[in-house]
Amino acid sequence: MTTVVRAQGLTKRYGSFTAVDHVDLTLEENRIYGLLGRNGAGKTTIMQMLTGQLFPEAGTLDVFGREPAEHADVLRRMCFIAESQRYPDSFKAAHVFKAAPWFFENWDAAFAEQLIADFRLPLNRYIKKLSRGQLSAVGVIVGLASRAPLTFFDEPYLGLDAVARHIFYDRLLEDYAEHPRTIVLSTHLIDEVANLLEHVILIDQGRILFDRDADELRGSATTVAGPRSAVESFVADRPVIGREGLGGLASATIDGRLDQAERIKAAELGLELAPVSLQQLIIHLTGTDLRADSTDKEVAA
Amino acid sequence: MDESRPIFIQITEQVENDIIDGTLAEGAQIPSINEFATFHRINPATALRGVNRLVDDGIVEKRRGIGMFVTTGARARLVERRRDEFATAYIRPLIVEAEKLGLDIDQLAALIRAERIES
Repeated sequence: MTTVVRAQGLTKRYGSFTAVDHVDLTLEENRIYGLLGRNGAGKTTIMQMLTGQLFPEAGTLDVFGREPAEHADVLRRMCFIAESQRYPDSFKAAHVFKAAPWFFENWDAAFAEQLIADFRLPLNRYIKKLSRGQLSAVGVIVGLASRAPLTFFDEPYLGLDAVARHIFYDRLLEDYAEHPRTIVLSTHLIDEVANLLEHVILIDQGRILFDRDADELRGSATTVAGPRSAVESFVADRPVIGREGLGGLASATIDGRLDQAERIKAAELGLELAPVSLQQLIIHLTGTDLRADSTDKEVAA
Repeated sequence: MDESRPIFIQITEQVENDIIDGTLAEGAQIPSINEFATFHRINPATALRGVNRLVDDGIVEKRRGIGMFVTTGARARLVERRRDEFATAYIRPLIVEAEKLGLDIDQLAALIRAERIES
């Protein structure tokens, strides 16, 4: 497997605020990554450093074998779709697609045309007159049709409706299957993209919380619900990442897989087991208030 | 797709179920990796992992440049394995629930017989 990106100790500060704090990260060739985390976690800053738009304060960064900043041969192989891309005032949508092949050597004009039809994008309208969703569609089309070996989508679909988002997922998968490349998806719509991802990197407060295979994460946490005393005895010596309760009923989310014997034991205790989706898992892990709260209770219990 | 278990395992099971119930006959071609990926909206690497388990298991064979096919004897082997797993997957939980309701084994057997006649 070829490594496309290798970052070590990557750090970025804005005054006294540390946006990215000693991040180690590797991206392998031809995989789809999810770069997930809350607002302000540092996702965009990381991507801006990887694409040479920001200089890291500390750490080493290697993209396609070199530092990305000011190396044209590295930058040419990357495409970064920003959340709110700005275009010149005089630009119509058509101009964006005319200019795109100057920057992306793998640009596929026929694929772009198909996507323009799929998203029903009016080509002759000035960019500033496009709706929020249509503006996002412009970015999504550029990101897909550029077929860059390393493509970043940073919250690409603000304002896109559910139909358009599914067109994006479908086209992304179909095209990725035929033209494998490294894709980094950063989004808050975690449930929608969870199955597309091969690998998940979770960022919180500028640090990596976990960096794991998506298959490994699935079923890695379980919610146990039932009578409070039964729940407490079942989770007693397990790592609890979330708790809720109402009167005599309680539910606790535990980190760790349950085997068949443990499932039978839970059923015998009259407990309900429910899977935890990637989105719920991330809420448990990055909801700092909740986490502090559950730690307190654990100490008390 | 079931949230609680790895998707690649579910892909494996889906093909196994299709072989057991005859939807995929022995010698039949199974869908390609990309067909699995786009149909289920999952990462192709996940689909590949699921199908490779069938290949390693000898349930499916790859024919270079053509596709993947169900092997001879695949169905009989899968049925035998599922029978071995039947007790833990179905009988044990059934007994646990029956005991909770105060049903003894004879009553349980009678219920199973009655259910079978109805259906």
